[in-house]
Amino acid sequence: MSAQPAVDATDVVLRTHGLTKVFRGFTAVDAVDLEVRRGTVHALVGPNGAGKTTLFNLLSGFLKPTSGTIEHEGRDITGRQPEEIAHLGIARSFQITSLFDKLTARQHLELALGSPTGIGYRFWRSEKRLARFEGRAMELLDEVGMADQANREVGHFAYGQKRAVELALALALDPSLMLLDEPTAGMGVEDVDRTIALIARIARGRTVVFVDHNMHVVGSLADRVTVLQQGAVLVEGSYDEVRTDPKVITAYLGQSHV
Amino acid sequence: MSATSRIAPPRGGLDAFPAPSRATTIRRIVWLAIALVAVLALPWFVYPPVAMDIAAWALFAMSVDLLLGYGGLLSFGHAAFWGSSAYFTGWIASHLGLPFPLAILLGAVAAMVLAVPIGLLSVRRSGIYFAMVTLAFAQMIYFVANQASVVTGGENGLQGVPKTFFGIEAIETESFYFYYAAIPIIIFGAFACWRIVHSPFGRVLSGIRDNPARVRALGYDVERYKLIAFVLSAGIAGLAGGVFAISHGFVSLQEVDWTTSGKVVLMTVLGGMGTLWGGAIGAAIIVLLEDYLSSAGFDGIGIITGAIFIVCVLLFRKGVWGTVAGLVERIRGRLPARRRPDPDDGIDAPDSVTATDTPHDESQSEAPR
Repeated sequence: MSAQPAVDATDVVLRTHGLTKVFRGFTAVDAVDLEVRRGTVHALVGPNGAGKTTLFNLLSGFLKPTSGTIEHEGRDITGRQPEEIAHLGIARSFQITSLFDKLTARQHLELALGSPTGIGYRFWRSEKRLARFEGRAMELLDEVGMADQANREVGHFAYGQKRAVELALALALDPSLMLLDEPTAGMGVEDVDRTIALIARIARGRTVVFVDHNMHVVGSLADRVTVLQQGAVLVEGSYDEVRTDPKVITAYLGQSHV
Repeated sequence: MSATSRIAPPRGGLDAFPAPSRATTIRRIVWLAIALVAVLALPWFVYPPVAMDIAAWALFAMSVDLLLGYGGLLSFGHAAFWGSSAYFTGWIASHLGLPFPLAILLGAVAAMVLAVPIGLLSVRRSGIYFAMVTLAFAQMIYFVANQASVVTGGENGLQGVPKTFFGIEAIETESFYFYYAAIPIIIFGAFACWRIVHSPFGRVLSGIRDNPARVRALGYDVERYKLIAFVLSAGIAGLAGGVFAISHGFVSLQEVDWTTSGKVVLMTVLGGMGTLWGGAIGAAIIVLLEDYLSSAGFDGIGIITGAIFIVCVLLFRKGVWGTVAGLVERIRGRLPARRRPDPDDGIDAPDSVTATDTPHDESQSEAPR
């Protein structure tokens, strides 16, 4: 495990205990105990169907666990709604790019920044009011290298640019924990390297949990890796520990990318 | 990745979509002026009660478009709000002797109150389920209206609703003058729709239409937004229904019938969803057509409107207004057939990743678009 010197190794941002999700008799997530320490980048890996995305949906409130608990900053958040979880500072991105084609990058950020203020309820006001978030929106877009694209509709964006806006949206919630679902899914090699650099940059001083199939991404970013298989934790450790673990090698046998 | 340090957004120029240019503003004012002239001139060209019908249905269709075009919610029970407001308005005008604008306002408030429980139970669903739940509630309202004949007149309807208006006889008796007294209510309702659509609330609502999960993950309580949209829409439908009731001096069960819910959806889709103006155009087409056909003694109005609807849905997916607006845009060279060409794509993206592969695009929700 790579040490984060300034960070207390026992400072846990997110902890799950026996987290389980059963869909009609199929156990998608099976008694997962997970600890995410502050300031670390934590990867969830595993073959297709290992339950990574289901686990993400449980953590972000889009699914209710069948049993088990989720604690965030020492507080039980099991069963909370996605919007409440977002307000608590757990921001998630989506595996499938889910932006609004007709809005500009800046308008996306304004929407995210306006969420905790309740401005969204003002149906009697002009949408120009959202411009008060412009300054912060531009800072965030700058952070992901998209400041010069701020006023273009994202429908015209290249795929990688959309992913960058997704990351900025997650940052806009000022998260204590970011959940990134396959941030490099569907990207070409060059884009993957750029995205790795971008995530490494925004992860500094932040806590990130991400899912990715690409072992190159996992190896480059993760301080800690949890390998899931058939919904259960197979192995947890540093990338090097996990990579050489015989159980992991068996689980991945025949999968070309290991 | 090399960090950009340009914080100042490029304002103006080709990229500045959000800041409307002067030309856009002028164009908008011109359109508004044309619309206003059309609305004010209407009773000169059309039999005034029919003109009033067009205006009321136009506002009704706009209220449906607010939900359907901007919220992605197809209400198939909006007659509940149009009709219950019509009954309330009619009853208040008949029994309390209030000036008709006040009666209409109270009718709209009643529709909004009614929309709270109905909305609470229906916005939890979307797509076809939402449509069915709203339809079911509307049928319950129909049942109540039919049973409560002491108040509603049942099958006979609520008759003799007066156009009380401060004793001004011309307005109270002549439909031509009544039109001008009532049209500000319609214009107010249309303005309210426009305001809601172009508000921060409207921005969130459109987001919910396109991708509810995304909006929730940003921290927005999607169900509450849908509920507010539903209640606002019901209020506007109520304004329209109230005007209709006063204009006819009569409220019948037809106002809460499911065919009324269907007709207003037809108008909205015919005119073009998600445009607001479209609903008004659709309403004008249908009301004028029905008036023409019925005065020509033709019985099968439904066959004609149904056929028009089918043709429109098959050929002009964006409706009359959407299609015309699209053509105008294209002629002005801004919008080639499918997608604006983008000189920046893949070339001018130095600080951002460039796609080699864009596999995921079907993330949009089940909402009709």
